[in-house]
Amino acid sequence: MSAETQPATAAPTLLSVRDLHVTYPTDAGLLEAVRGVDLELAAGETLGLAGESGCGKSSLATALLRLLPRGAKVTGEVLLEGENVLAMKPGRLRAVRWTGMAIVFQGALHSLNPVQRIGPQIGEAIELHAQGKRAKTSARVGELLELVGLPARRAQDYPHQLSGGQRQRVLIALALACDPKLLVADEPTTALDVMVQAQILRLLADLQERFGLATLFITHDLSTLAAACRRLAVMYAGRIVEEGPAHAVFDAPAHPYTRALAAAFPIIGDPAFRHNPSGLPGDPPDPRALPPGCPFHTRCPVVREECPHTAVELWRAGEARRAACVEVRG
Amino acid sequence: MTDGPLLELRDLHVAFPNRDGSRARAVDGVDLALPPGEVLALVGESGCGKTTLARTILGLERPASGEVRYRGEPLRYDRRSLKRYRRGVQMVFQDPAGALNVRQTIYEAVAEGLRIQGVEGNEEELVAGALSRAGLRPPERFFTRYPFEVSGGQRQRVVIAGAMVLEPGLIVADEPVSSLDASVRGEILALMQKLVQEMGVTMLVVTHDLGLAWNIADRIAVMYLGRIVEQGTTEELLGDPRHPYTRALLSVVPESHNLTPQILAGEAPDPTRIPAGCRFHPRCPVVASGEAERLGIEARCRGTDLGLAPVAGSAVGSAHRAACHAVPVAEPDEAPV
Amino acid sequence: MSAIAAPSAKRIAWLRRRRAAAAAWSDFRRDRAGMIGLVVLVLFVAMALAAPLIVPKGELRAINALDNPVWASPGEFAPMGTDSLGRSVWAQFVWGARISLLVGLAATVMAMLIGTVVGVAAGFYGRRVGGVLMRITEWFLVIPFLPLAIALAAVLGPSLTNIIFVIGVTSWPSTARLIRAQVLTLKERLYVDRSRALGASDAHLMSRHIMPNISGLILANTTLTVPIAILSETTLSFLGLGDPTSTSWGKMLEDSFQQGALTEQAWWYYVPPGLGVLLVVLAFTLVGHALEEILDPRLRNAPSR
Repeated sequence: MSAETQPATAAPTLLSVRDLHVTYPTDAGLLEAVRGVDLELAAGETLGLAGESGCGKSSLATALLRLLPRGAKVTGEVLLEGENVLAMKPGRLRAVRWTGMAIVFQGALHSLNPVQRIGPQIGEAIELHAQGKRAKTSARVGELLELVGLPARRAQDYPHQLSGGQRQRVLIALALACDPKLLVADEPTTALDVMVQAQILRLLADLQERFGLATLFITHDLSTLAAACRRLAVMYAGRIVEEGPAHAVFDAPAHPYTRALAAAFPIIGDPAFRHNPSGLPGDPPDPRALPPGCPFHTRCPVVREECPHTAVELWRAGEARRAACVEVRG
Repeated sequence: MTDGPLLELRDLHVAFPNRDGSRARAVDGVDLALPPGEVLALVGESGCGKTTLARTILGLERPASGEVRYRGEPLRYDRRSLKRYRRGVQMVFQDPAGALNVRQTIYEAVAEGLRIQGVEGNEEELVAGALSRAGLRPPERFFTRYPFEVSGGQRQRVVIAGAMVLEPGLIVADEPVSSLDASVRGEILALMQKLVQEMGVTMLVVTHDLGLAWNIADRIAVMYLGRIVEQGTTEELLGDPRHPYTRALLSVVPESHNLTPQILAGEAPDPTRIPAGCRFHPRCPVVASGEAERLGIEARCRGTDLGLAPVAGSAVGSAHRAACHAVPVAEPDEAPV
Repeated sequence: MSAIAAPSAKRIAWLRRRRAAAAAWSDFRRDRAGMIGLVVLVLFVAMALAAPLIVPKGELRAINALDNPVWASPGEFAPMGTDSLGRSVWAQFVWGARISLLVGLAATVMAMLIGTVVGVAAGFYGRRVGGVLMRITEWFLVIPFLPLAIALAAVLGPSLTNIIFVIGVTSWPSTARLIRAQVLTLKERLYVDRSRALGASDAHLMSRHIMPNISGLILANTTLTVPIAILSETTLSFLGLGDPTSTSWGKMLEDSFQQGALTEQAWWYYVPPGLGVLLVVLAFTLVGHALEEILDPRLRNAPSR
């Protein structure tokens, strides 16, 4: 898989997220979905972001392109090739959206207009960014469809005439329409069958190789990230709680939450997982009512006395690894 | 305790007519026997008919032909027989939020089965007992809550409690954890395992997740386009898969280091157009790679339909079966059952 | 497990339902248009109910009006003047409100009852039964309202019962279609399957799972059907198809037309009933819309997060 063919870490930093906070106003007060996240992504690199509902990962993804609903407050810096996306003027932002960074959403049912054919939907993205003539656009649309493994004539179809896997490919074609350098994929394979999932993952890997695309791959499926990404970060309650090389984090997690998340994806053939289902008690935390100290302590299997009183941060947990757990701090 | 299997499916066919006249053969000849106390995982991708099969076992769909037998008795579809049957066979659903009526409190949701079936006894005690066994403690605290006031995992526990309160012999669980958060899945699976061990419930789990099957299933049956194409114990099927479809499925599970990934092209055809011969042959890697030709079976793959046959080389007493021309069949004296 | 200490689970559930109703009420109060409509409605209904206390019924009869001036304006004969026979317009207005509201309500009840039964059955039973019911519904949908009324009046004589019947018979199909559409969606819900898997009969499913989830729709639809019925009654009475011996606002309009109020410029005879119908219809519509928004099951059942 492409994880092995990633360029060396000396590649230039494409995306740099610094101290990102995303806050939503609600009837019951302010809701902080992202509470200070730092990320770095080099050109051509794949970074996985794992987390469950309520951890803030989708808010993070949409914040990168400033696609959050009005009223949401975003602070911090999102540096795309050195330029801060959050400080861009609307004109520059529109130019950068889709050409610098593009996003592939989950669930093409909601992302594609059901009463418009596929071709014009992809064409719209092209025409918004380049004043192309009609003929050129449709040629490019055909090109993009072939790129994602669909025959060009499918441009005439409506979304409901395509299967789930095919629709996801259309979303990828849409994202690639303007040759972005960075692809943000938010749960791109979650609703798909395992075989179709494998097809889409392989497609993404091929495209990354061909175009040197950097990818931020967001999903709750830790095992997929371990296979598809070089580095991996785990989010919980709006913050990153562990990050490091993908296989290292998956095979030997340093943070108890990562351990629990990994256990949810049993390794077939490993007797340790046989007749041994294990999960965490309780539920993912409500961002409006976070526990004090380490937000994970209420569900942590190895919680200590100090945990509710300690402000955890990402401490070094090995070679190029960090984890936000007092166990790691020592 | 009956000696025979708890649930038996005999040559079951379920089909749906389409508007344009074609028929979708969702279940196209399934034989299955489930002994009491076992956990069987029915694995397959969407469109393979596993959900239709589950619903047919529940009596929510009527078979076009074939039989569903519970405790040796064939299922009849008149109202009274169905009602009595449902005392013994219950279901857990994929979407716990949708499976509970938002206007009913949790108490009412669990008590509904008791009231419909006219079960004798102190209703409040029975409901409290079921909620408690499903891990919702103290149960009284949940009586007056509504489904949207509790989390996804808790909702699924309510659905499980509602099924268990009738003390069924068989529970059919359709993707019981796929819509729950990953960190919560283990808890629900552990609950289901505990119910099997402590209450002696038999379980049929419908899922697309082979990892889940490895986690809790005793036996696995793999479905493709309405038929079971391979079945055996979990260790047999996941350790030594014989059918090319099973092998492909297993190979694409992330982080399963056993096999090189075999990503099948395209998607399964819809059940209105089932291919001739072996229904898997258009996507089969054995055919595509030319190996079928080399083995001299390609004509059979394209032309001859086949059913499950015991596989050669499995352990004595094994019930490992596969429906594939390329898999050598065991000699009659090798494998009983 | 011991039995639950007081209060019992059922009592608590009932209290919660009361609280939910109170929450719906406070939501309604926040809708200004709805509140205005409600106030207007309450005023008119109170007036109609208290008619005997406001104006003795005798004043409606021409015999008792012999001493009154004819075509007196409201300035000359408080509060609403008189008609060509000297009868108090105010008396007719107050007592007319009764009939208009009553007929409107009765016709609506008839339409809602038939519409709900047919709609639920057609939605729930799909295929053959549903198909037959829908064909019947469409047949009734096509029946022209006015010719039916005229034909019935010609055959059975003009009466309020005829009017109620005609309005009911021609209004139920649209309700039936609305309800059927909602039932079609509801019956696919997973909790209906779950209930069936528990052994529920069709009757149980319809009463426990379908009906409660369309009750909001029914209430909102009722509130919007009443004004249509009142308008229809007004029209039919105006055309002379109503009961000649009783008064309604539509009858007032007919009388004003027949007696030549326009040429007499006796605006006090035709403006009040027209305004009355307008205000009542508007009030019902405002209340109905406010209720629709509050009771829409999609909004009501959203999770708290």
